[in-house]
Amino acid sequence: MPGFKPLISYVTGLLLLAGSAAAAVSEHELGNGMKVIVKVDSRAPVVVTQVWYKVGSSYEPDGITGISHALEHMMFKGTRDVAPGEFSRRIAALGGNQNAFTGRDYTAYFETLAAEHLDTALELEADRMRNLVLDADEFAKEIEVVKEERRLRTEDRPSGMVYEQFNAVAWRASPYRNPVIGWMNDLDNMTIDDLADWYRRWYAPNNATLVVVGDVDPAEVKRLADKYFGAFEREDLTPPKPAAEPKQTGETRVEVRVPAKQPYLVMGFKTPKIGWAEQEWEPYALYVASSVLDGGSSARLARKLVRGSGIAASAGASYGAYGRLPGMFLLDGTPTDEHSVAEVEQALRSEVERLRTELIDEAELKRVVTQAVASKVYEADSLFNQAMEIGVLETVGLDWRLIEKEIDALKAVTPEQVRDVAQRYLINENLTVATLVPLPMDQKAPRAAVTGGRHGS
Amino acid sequence: MAANSIKHLFAPAVAAVALLALGAAAVAGPKVDSWQTGGGAKVMYVHAPDLPMVDVRVVVDAGSARDGELAGLARFTSAMLSEGAGDWDADTLAERLESRGIELGSSSLRDMAWVSVRSLVEPDVLDVALDTLRTVLAAPRFDAAAIERVRQQMQIGLRRALQSPGSVAQRRFYRTLYAGHPYAHPPGGEQASLAAIGVDDLRRFHATHYVAANAVVAIVGAVDRAAAERIAEQVTGGLAVGQKAPPLPPVPTASGAELRESFPSSQTHIYVGQAGMSRHDPDYYPLYVGNHVLGGGGLVSTLGDEVREKRGLSYSVYSYFSPMRVDGPFLMVAQTKNEQADKALQVMRETLQRFVEQGPGDKELEDAKQNLIGGFPLRIASNGKIVEYLAMMGFYDYPLDHLDTLPGKLAAVTAEQVRDAFSRRIVDAAGIAVIVGGAATGDDSSG
Repeated sequence: MPGFKPLISYVTGLLLLAGSAAAAVSEHELGNGMKVIVKVDSRAPVVVTQVWYKVGSSYEPDGITGISHALEHMMFKGTRDVAPGEFSRRIAALGGNQNAFTGRDYTAYFETLAAEHLDTALELEADRMRNLVLDADEFAKEIEVVKEERRLRTEDRPSGMVYEQFNAVAWRASPYRNPVIGWMNDLDNMTIDDLADWYRRWYAPNNATLVVVGDVDPAEVKRLADKYFGAFEREDLTPPKPAAEPKQTGETRVEVRVPAKQPYLVMGFKTPKIGWAEQEWEPYALYVASSVLDGGSSARLARKLVRGSGIAASAGASYGAYGRLPGMFLLDGTPTDEHSVAEVEQALRSEVERLRTELIDEAELKRVVTQAVASKVYEADSLFNQAMEIGVLETVGLDWRLIEKEIDALKAVTPEQVRDVAQRYLINENLTVATLVPLPMDQKAPRAAVTGGRHGS
Repeated sequence: MAANSIKHLFAPAVAAVALLALGAAAVAGPKVDSWQTGGGAKVMYVHAPDLPMVDVRVVVDAGSARDGELAGLARFTSAMLSEGAGDWDADTLAERLESRGIELGSSSLRDMAWVSVRSLVEPDVLDVALDTLRTVLAAPRFDAAAIERVRQQMQIGLRRALQSPGSVAQRRFYRTLYAGHPYAHPPGGEQASLAAIGVDDLRRFHATHYVAANAVVAIVGAVDRAAAERIAEQVTGGLAVGQKAPPLPPVPTASGAELRESFPSSQTHIYVGQAGMSRHDPDYYPLYVGNHVLGGGGLVSTLGDEVREKRGLSYSVYSYFSPMRVDGPFLMVAQTKNEQADKALQVMRETLQRFVEQGPGDKELEDAKQNLIGGFPLRIASNGKIVEYLAMMGFYDYPLDHLDTLPGKLAAVTAEQVRDAFSRRIVDAAGIAVIVGGAATGDDSSG
């Protein structure tokens, strides 16, 4: 497999719907404030380790966007005792795989390997938490790799351009307006000193959570964590300023004109998330609303827009309840040849209108809960996902125990609550719409028109 | 501030060899059972009692290699399965599954098509899952409106693929390498062939290929052997016995070519390769292990080191053999900003040439083998992964002890075997390079 460093900009769906028995999870805090969470799963002699740092693109001030992700790349470039690339080679030689990902609210590093090699993974992770060597020559090469990643994922990918522009105009103050990978001009001007400063600020034990899931003994994990991370000193952390998003007062629109063959549309309503909602049940009601629209092929968008009217070739909805800052209820769609992107937008608006005016059926609600219960069982098949959901919740400032409350919280949602959140949040004052307007593929893209700036109202 | 030193972690070569031997001996795969259904379908089964769920995956020899004149017919047929079957239209079918938390999927590639279902083991739920799978496999409706809907979804998918320089390059590579062979065209079809496919074509393809003699059923989950036998009979019960698909023709001998295509992108995508190997190729293990050194191990590979780590030319650079029923491709892939495409291409070619001439170093080879052998438990660590392995083993007629003998076969590969296999199989004159991207304009602000 290629050396991908997945770039998770936001987690869609209620990522929630995984995990299994609560009894198997144990939590421990080292003397220096580092949190250690262990979940035992002994189905195979395998372990997943993940080290999560509370830093990501939403922590970045303007001018150095993308620095969390660039630093993530440099974390593979060696420490005082480990040569560049040696980390990867050592894990590989033990039969393991390892990588890292950066999101808006977190940077995480992981290893998957035979359970007997847990010791090595923790020793290497501890080493690079404090001993990274940021070499100027290595950085000069690696920042070019990051720019190639940006070209691959964003500049040359029409849907990537649409999402980037969508976020850039939807958010006025929230740092969620910046792309996780950073603006190209910021990458051009990033220096090794910027990275050294960022590393010093955030890579501290009291800003990290170790999550271990697999065929392990929690007492042994605790002992090893203390052995390798325990001696590190706690640092003074300065959390980012709130940068709260002001109230939106009307619809925002942006067009993205790039060479493409297929029109496309993204719509998003600003919504509360867990910890930010007026009522605790609101995020769960919003999740139910998104699943009523797009909880599979029997949900409303597939049934009505794709099969019924045939306006859309595909249509989707998602809602992320778990973030450090409030996020969005997202809709997207691709028109069929007989219909326009404007008609898809209208059809999606009509479905939202229906959520505001009518009560969902009990059968729809029951389907959403049943799917959630089944997903819990299915997701327990993946060690990585079990670790991932614990890590996300802890790192965005929520309690991982929320995972265990999801089913009960969903079961408690009523059709009236779904209508209520639709009436309060899924409204035009909260809406941003981005459309992809295809230009002919045989002419060069006017790239200057669509990169770097913020458009719309 | 670190209290620990990492230095003692660097194991001497002697210890590495010992570890390898231990790994090869200690690893054992899950216990695989196999039998035939009354109708002649092969069943592959692993008992996985820990989670209250069941995965069933039915694979048929009905990939795009069986399309004939109508490129995309196999994928089109596969996509129609969930669009209505038996007494249920698409809405009813979806509701029936999703109201019970059952997941159904289907797709196809060049060799195989598959339908998979994942269900809780609860009897009422599981029975609906299995009954639906049986009907979807045996009695898809091919309703006219659904055909038109899927046709257009495939045409739109095709247009989306043509927005991507990487997809364009990959399609051109296959078309050039496999000219005249059933592997040449993309599984998703072409605009004209998709437009030409009619209901009779779909029905004929389904009736010919979705038959018991052409099917493998893989089952993993919390069901015992007796229950698995009932499951296999139930899901294949509606299929005609039919016939196994005929052998595919051998891959033609392609001559070398360098093809350049312009594309409105900031990066150029490079696909370099040639015909590789088949599933039961005598050189399978030397080529597989050797490629892990060359470009299969991600950042820990010669290509990753030369192209990305040393020169910063590309984010995603790798090589692979895609082993198929007959020789699948060997490919090296990278993408870089347009200005440095020729440089990246040159580095890739020189790296390959050096590897073919010299083979892997002893240390590199041992590291690659340790990664593949030591990583084996990871690749079978979930029901979802095991059911895919079982389906693959059944489809390509691997012996039942394949997962047990694999580590030993990997461990036995020598540097000389790798060098010998690559020098015979990777022939410069047969190399095809496809280069798709924009012109080197020099106006890139980040250059």
